[in-house]
Amino acid sequence: MKPRKITLEVNGRVRSATAEPRLTLLDFLRYALNLTGTHMGCEHGVCGACTVMFDGLAVRSCLIYAVQADGHDVTTVEGLCNGDGTPGPIQEAFQDAHGLQCGYCTPGMLISAQALLQSTPDPSDDEIREALGGNLCRCTGYAQIIDAVRLAAVSFQGAGG
Amino acid sequence: MKAAPFEYFVADSIDEVTTGLADSGEEATIIAGGQTLVPLMAMRLARPALLIDVNGIGDLQGIDLLAGGVRIKACTRQSDALKSTIIGERLPLLAKALPYVGHAQTRNRGTVGGSIALGDPAAEIPLVATALDARITLVKKGNSRELSIHGFYQGPMMTSREPDECITEILFPQWQGEGRRGTGFQEVSLRHGDFAIVAAAAQISVGEDGVCARASVALGGVSGTPFRISAAEDALRGTMIDDPALRAVANAVDQAVDPQSDLHASASYRRRVAKVLVERVIREAAREAANHAAGDAP
Amino acid sequence: MSEPGRSNLVHISRKRRVKEDKRFVSGTGCYVQDVVPAGTKHVAVLPSPYPRARILSIDLERAVALDGVNAVVTGEELAEHTAPLPQGLNLPNVVWRPLAVGMARYAGEWVVAVAADSVHIAEDALDLIEVEYDPLPAIIDPELAMSEDAPLVHPEHGSNILYSGVFTWGPVAEDFEAADHQLTFRARWGRSSTVPIETFGVLAAWREGTDTLEIWASIQMPKYAEQIAHALRIPLNSVNVHNDVDVGGAYGVKRGIKHTVLAGYLSRKLGAPVRLIEDRLVNLAGGDAHGPDRIFDTEVAFTKEGIITSLKIRAIDDAGAYPGRGPYQLAKPITAITGPYRINSVHYEAISITTNKTGQVPVRGFGQAPTNFMLETAVDKVAMQLGIDRLEVRRRNFIRSDEFPYTIPSGTAYDSGDYHAVLEKLLDLADYDGLIQTRDQRRSEGMLAGVGIATCLEPSGGNTMFEYLMNPAAEITTFMEACQVRVDAQGGITAIMGTSGAGQGHETLVATILGEELEFDPEDIRVIHADSLAGLPTLAPVASRMAIMLGGAAAGAAQKLKDRVMRIAAHNLGIPITGLEYSGGTVFDRADHARKLSWQEICFIAHNQIHKIPEGLEPGLQAIHVFQVPGGGQLPDDQNRVQLYPCFAFQAHIPLIEIDPGTGKVTIVAYFIAHDCGTIINPDIVRGMVIGGVAQGIGVALYEKFAYTPDGQFISGTFADYVLPSVFEIPYVQVTEHCTPSPLTSHGQKGTGEGGYLGAPAAIASAVNDALAPRGLSLHELPMAMADIEELLNGGDSI
Repeated sequence: MKPRKITLEVNGRVRSATAEPRLTLLDFLRYALNLTGTHMGCEHGVCGACTVMFDGLAVRSCLIYAVQADGHDVTTVEGLCNGDGTPGPIQEAFQDAHGLQCGYCTPGMLISAQALLQSTPDPSDDEIREALGGNLCRCTGYAQIIDAVRLAAVSFQGAGG
Repeated sequence: MKAAPFEYFVADSIDEVTTGLADSGEEATIIAGGQTLVPLMAMRLARPALLIDVNGIGDLQGIDLLAGGVRIKACTRQSDALKSTIIGERLPLLAKALPYVGHAQTRNRGTVGGSIALGDPAAEIPLVATALDARITLVKKGNSRELSIHGFYQGPMMTSREPDECITEILFPQWQGEGRRGTGFQEVSLRHGDFAIVAAAAQISVGEDGVCARASVALGGVSGTPFRISAAEDALRGTMIDDPALRAVANAVDQAVDPQSDLHASASYRRRVAKVLVERVIREAAREAANHAAGDAP
Repeated sequence: MSEPGRSNLVHISRKRRVKEDKRFVSGTGCYVQDVVPAGTKHVAVLPSPYPRARILSIDLERAVALDGVNAVVTGEELAEHTAPLPQGLNLPNVVWRPLAVGMARYAGEWVVAVAADSVHIAEDALDLIEVEYDPLPAIIDPELAMSEDAPLVHPEHGSNILYSGVFTWGPVAEDFEAADHQLTFRARWGRSSTVPIETFGVLAAWREGTDTLEIWASIQMPKYAEQIAHALRIPLNSVNVHNDVDVGGAYGVKRGIKHTVLAGYLSRKLGAPVRLIEDRLVNLAGGDAHGPDRIFDTEVAFTKEGIITSLKIRAIDDAGAYPGRGPYQLAKPITAITGPYRINSVHYEAISITTNKTGQVPVRGFGQAPTNFMLETAVDKVAMQLGIDRLEVRRRNFIRSDEFPYTIPSGTAYDSGDYHAVLEKLLDLADYDGLIQTRDQRRSEGMLAGVGIATCLEPSGGNTMFEYLMNPAAEITTFMEACQVRVDAQGGITAIMGTSGAGQGHETLVATILGEELEFDPEDIRVIHADSLAGLPTLAPVASRMAIMLGGAAAGAAQKLKDRVMRIAAHNLGIPITGLEYSGGTVFDRADHARKLSWQEICFIAHNQIHKIPEGLEPGLQAIHVFQVPGGGQLPDDQNRVQLYPCFAFQAHIPLIEIDPGTGKVTIVAYFIAHDCGTIINPDIVRGMVIGGVAQGIGVALYEKFAYTPDGQFISGTFADYVLPSVFEIPYVQVTEHCTPSPLTSHGQKGTGEGGYLGAPAAIASAVNDALAPRGLSLHELPMAMADIEELLNGGDSI
């Protein structure tokens, strides 16, 4: 119950803040570190809007307490941008394919897609579905998201992986 | 949807876990992957006063091939199990079931032992553990014991684990002897990745003559716990796994299940679909066995 | 203004990136949850555990005493200081308030609210509140609720019937008399909603220094500020809604007026910003955002050739405990009550019922999707009864392209369309004959397989005259939208719109139309969302109206602006406007292109040189245009005939599905759509709307239901139980387009925002029934849950 100091690496930077144990990583990122790109959708692990990378793997940030992230490495949607803040390759692909509408599920989609392409640079459609199956989107019906991931895969390969 | 307050303790060893559990009794809960516990806490359906985090304990992670079978340490991530060549080669039934466990994002965090410990009657890992006669090692301060999966589950989300015990590993024994092996796993759920409404698992071994020598058939989602259907197994043994045998299996399933109705499916749905899925997993296993060379794993 | 459907469009109909996307992909959108001013207090609400219960006492003492709690409010306190929430129908005795007063009317209704330093503490305080209830039997079944002796949800109202009305358009009795055949069926649309991934949220900040209530909200609702002012009893010009909030999905349902009134009240009381973000449990159970829940009893009169001549429709809709604007979803479909068909007469009985369920909200299509589902069921049934192909029956009944504008019996003229052509395009896209072969092949392999067909209208452009049909007190004929275009001293173009967006791409829409009209790159045109106090007349992004209405406003503003530019140029070049030519911002002498005034020069003059501005023209360079719905604005005639929506998009759907005969599980193997929304402004946006709507429609058809136990407990309270389809359940939908321009809009565009949602439920239902037909079975209740289908197939064989 007493707040604890939590130090972790977020998007390549060491960040530190205090949180009581019951604060989720999601709330910690949003409200302690002001990284508001990660979104709250259900807080019970179904929708995937809060997906981040935790030690390189896509996870639900609503299902991890911030205290559990102490000493770990987290990547959020902000971390997919280039160093100068411009959109990174997967973010460009989502724009080119209009793989989004309201943008609310998008950060989670981008993280799941990025995680997929890091391990599987040339994914099949089934692999894309498997990777995105835990991210609900209510706007798009998924087709343009699949297009975006296919497009990103091409650009990842073009860039040498 | 915010958890009630709790204290948090990071255990660095199994000793620290069991000491913590011994000192705190029922107030304490182990958190491993947290993929079920954290939502329950967010809804305040679970309100542990103390969380003991076991994620950093190296002794609780890993998959090893032992003489008697495959040992999976409790805090092994489901995604690591899915990637494991040992499981792929030695526990094909588990390998078939793991893709149905949640989604990639929850498997990256969720653990094999966590799923075993929760004992959801529709969960895949407990079902496979039941089908394969898994043995569970529980450790408490100054003591440890090994339990068979059979009898471990006492009802929905109820196990014979004592509050001061920690599951440290699960042993999946390998079937010994010759014969062609085959496995089958099927489930029906609303969405891919959801908890099963009904799930069925089978592993069989057939002789060169095509006669079933050994069979394990288990169901989840149709009773308070996953369970093996011994009458169905009896009905298969010694047969060519033909239509009369499968009819006998269906009768056995019908006798064995005790399903409940809920929002998504009635008891009678579960009863009928249990028979359908059992037949399918047995056929799947038989097909696989027919294609396998003798002596192949599992 | 540009010619409708002209082929020389430079920006319109061309693929281009959506302006909004960049901030969304980089995680820099600004949603209401991202607005947390210093000192913000957080609200949590205590739900009623009972569907119907008298509230006997509430003990707040321990909650108030908790450290970090700032206020604990009951319904009584709130009712003292606020007016009841505005609703659609004139129902003075059906009182809707943010917190229950005296009686809880559904499980999940808010009873007490806590404001605290964090939402965690607020939820801790909820645990400490003790409410004593007297539980009463709940009224859950809408048909039982209509009976004389049913307990009353709102006793003061004297009945559970909120509205009951009968409309007859054309010679119904004669048409039924003359018909070769008749058939009757019941179809049921289950209780569901569009459930955005972002829940509703609001931040209300009362500013004593300016006497204003500043509101940031995830809102999509006409007259939001008016409703806040009314309920909080403050002047409308004290309410400032910040429309630059990105809304995380809306589809009709983001209408949190009760949340806003509660937060606004607490903000004034505490002198601090107050934030109320629904969590998912509150959103599903207590957000008052459930959609239509409808029973249709329909009679169809038709000839032996399959020509449908008349319909008798009775629609009973369960609005839950608090109807809000929901019941008007019975009236809006009157705008296309006969669908794309030449049906001579219609009898329509509409009944809205109150029960002890969560309150109702307008949902994408505003009642059209259920109505289309019922109409398509009728057409398929006619085909089946006569043994005529379903496509052929549609072709025989479609309004022909040479019949537009076509006035349907209820008085609305459809603007344009070519339904036969769209259907043919769809059959090509789907390789229909091949698809049928595939279906038959699967059937021969033991699967149940079905091809569905739905051909549906999307009324677009809005208009509220349907309200008057149900409530003559609502004599409102205006339904406008505005856009302002401003050009700065450097020549930069900024457009202002008066409402927020929820992923529809309004900024892209406005920039594209302005770019087309002013001949600038839309990339360089900035579009902003004005606060309500600084803003423009708007009625929000509802009713598939923004391409038509905001697009029309933008085009109109561009014309006015261009007119000013031309006048300045004419004055300075000494040439009459008729002798000038506008190109890319530069104005030339038609006779001598060397004589010209550049855009920069004109903008400099406009902002800096009154001596060079023609007399009568004000300095600066800006224009506002307010666009009113074309063709509307009249009250109904004495037979309740009235022009409702102006434009009618058309869509034809064909899915191929399979049903696992052992489990009842439906798999959608393929899904094809051809649609015609006139001129497409942005192809990617339109495709996304159409496919996204299909996905929601698949959810309605197969998965999504707000379920209640017979005694009134809500059992779909999480995302594990209210099942939104994932990428596994939604096939890769293939789309083709057709363009019949609307003669009523700036560039021939029609609406498409309600998208595939208006046809997909009908199409999936059609496919499931096609799959069931060889077994002699049918199912007309949505959602067609796996277990229900299996029960139908196998239930007779077992205990």
